[in-house]
Amino acid sequence: MNAIYEVQGLVIDLYTPTVSVRAVDGAGFHVAPGETLAIVGESGSGKTVMTLGPLGLLPEGVAVDLRGTARADGKDILAMTPADLSRLRGGFFGVIFQDPMSALNPMLKIGPQLARQAQVYAGLSAEAAKREAVSLLARSGIPDPEDRYDRYPHELSGGMLQRAMIALALAARPRVLIADEPTTALDATVQAQILALIRQIQKEDGIAVILITHDIGAVSVLADRVAVLYAGQVAEEGSAMDVLTAPVHPYTRGLLASVPDFRSETASGTKEIPGIPPNQAQLVPGCRFADRCDQVQPQCHRRRPRLQTVGTGALPHRVACPVVIAAEGIVTHD
Amino acid sequence: MTDAITAKGLKVHFQTAAGLVRAVDGVDLSVQRGAFHGIVGESGCGKTTLARALIGLQTATEGQVSIFGRDRADWAKADRKGFARAVQFIFQDPLGSMSRRQTVGQTLEEPLQIHGLGDRTARRARVQELLDLVALPATVLDRLPRSLSGGQRQRVAIARALALSPQLLICDEPLSALDVSVRAQIVNLFARLQAQLGLTIVIVAHDLAIVREVCSAVTVMYLGRVAEEGAAKPLFADPAHPYSQALLSAVPSPDPRTEATRARILLQGDPPSPRNPPPGCRFSTRCPVVEPQCRAAEPVLRGVAHGGAAACHLAGASVHAMI
Repeated sequence: MNAIYEVQGLVIDLYTPTVSVRAVDGAGFHVAPGETLAIVGESGSGKTVMTLGPLGLLPEGVAVDLRGTARADGKDILAMTPADLSRLRGGFFGVIFQDPMSALNPMLKIGPQLARQAQVYAGLSAEAAKREAVSLLARSGIPDPEDRYDRYPHELSGGMLQRAMIALALAARPRVLIADEPTTALDATVQAQILALIRQIQKEDGIAVILITHDIGAVSVLADRVAVLYAGQVAEEGSAMDVLTAPVHPYTRGLLASVPDFRSETASGTKEIPGIPPNQAQLVPGCRFADRCDQVQPQCHRRRPRLQTVGTGALPHRVACPVVIAAEGIVTHD
Repeated sequence: MTDAITAKGLKVHFQTAAGLVRAVDGVDLSVQRGAFHGIVGESGCGKTTLARALIGLQTATEGQVSIFGRDRADWAKADRKGFARAVQFIFQDPLGSMSRRQTVGQTLEEPLQIHGLGDRTARRARVQELLDLVALPATVLDRLPRSLSGGQRQRVAIARALALSPQLLICDEPLSALDVSVRAQIVNLFARLQAQLGLTIVIVAHDLAIVREVCSAVTVMYLGRVAEEGAAKPLFADPAHPYSQALLSAVPSPDPRTEATRARILLQGDPPSPRNPPPGCRFSTRCPVVEPQCRAAEPVLRGVAHGGAAACHLAGASVHAMI
């Protein structure tokens, strides 16, 4: 496994003046060049904090305690100086944020923002950086890029802004592209365009892509591998095919059953998972999903389940639920 | 029997600094009694403005709305409270539509007090009944909206809307602020309430898969006009308007096997601004099968194969087979 970005045993505690929350609790992931990893979870599951936290991108005004290991291209991120980390964030990683309006500087024209990024992090001359910016806009599917180069963010529509955001994320020629809910704020037809664009970039550049999302449809379009996060822990991970078509963890099964597929004739309606995710300020021992689980056993409340490898696919399929594994006689390999 | 809602030639235009916005621009709509009617479309298509105009939260520039056979404007003027007892609205953001300083108990009791329904004991009993209807525990009664989860807040908003036993519920994107697994809970709650109480429900939504799942009828809007309408399952199975086809095609399947093989229609660009709708068919600037006549004349709704109607000169001449 030649992971280009790898996080192991990550624990992140967030402290506000009134409450402390364990946002990530012993979770990890890895992604290789040319691979798209989807990190799936609902709000508060810790998916964004887990992915961006090791890079120092965390909520403002919150004290953070972070433990574990995080490596980018083999280098220990957590031991880096702030200057090195900043260089890594700007150059090695490109991030597409959910809300492009808050990621682009509203006071600066679009093009110069891209050009500056290319100049600083990809080391281009001013002139080359401008050419690069125009070609990035064109590549991101923005019509008439020379004209858009001189536009301010507020002059672009939502879909065009998200494309400009993608161009900005690519400007430093990153090796890992992180897309944090890249389509949540967009309309259905524009969502489809943006997903197609990310897939095309991924194919052409062979970079690693991490898609942070709660949208199972987007996962099914883009992902090679999936990690399902629940209350700061990985419940299940594996190839997109294994996780989406043969899920094992009761949470993954519940999540998928709550998403209707209108193309499927056998669609059995919208099933719900009862209850709400646990309060991460008051953690209990055992499985985090136990209170909402229809398969719950007494042991689930006592012992935290570990990830076990199931199946024999090329990509390991790992599940943190000994109950279902035992009940369905699933063979484990570790 | 008369329809729950009939709208004729409804227009809502806004004068803004940047020009006239034609948010709703000539909509005819019928919602049958007992229907679960979905209104879908992208941002700027006018679906929320339409929903608000139906109950008079938004003043219509032109056109007329009848609810249960009565002129809506006359009814609301002559008997405001009676109208409120028959028709209720649920907003997209439950937190924004509740008083932050009222407990859940006070929030649910207030409409009963305003309408003078029952004494204190009877009102308390009704509040308990409402909590049971939306499956909330009595422990939430003393809590403030801010301390509830998103799904619980939406349940409170639904319970409040049901307090006066309305016959018609209009909901503006009641699901979009919710997480996937919670969204399914609320969808199922709506479906159950409808069956249990015989409600007519109009729901504005952009999640097409959920509309297909729970709605009996659907209206697809584009740039202030109705592009297509009909019974939900037949329309979703065989959409006639190229826009409906593209909109449905844009929804990814949660099954990667389907996703790997299905054909997709990718539209170019964003929807045009409702400030400046194109001449002729409003979809002509993005339509993959556009013909010269589409830019010349605006199409009207006419019957199509699935039993509903589509506003397309070429309806039937499909982009390609869907789904």
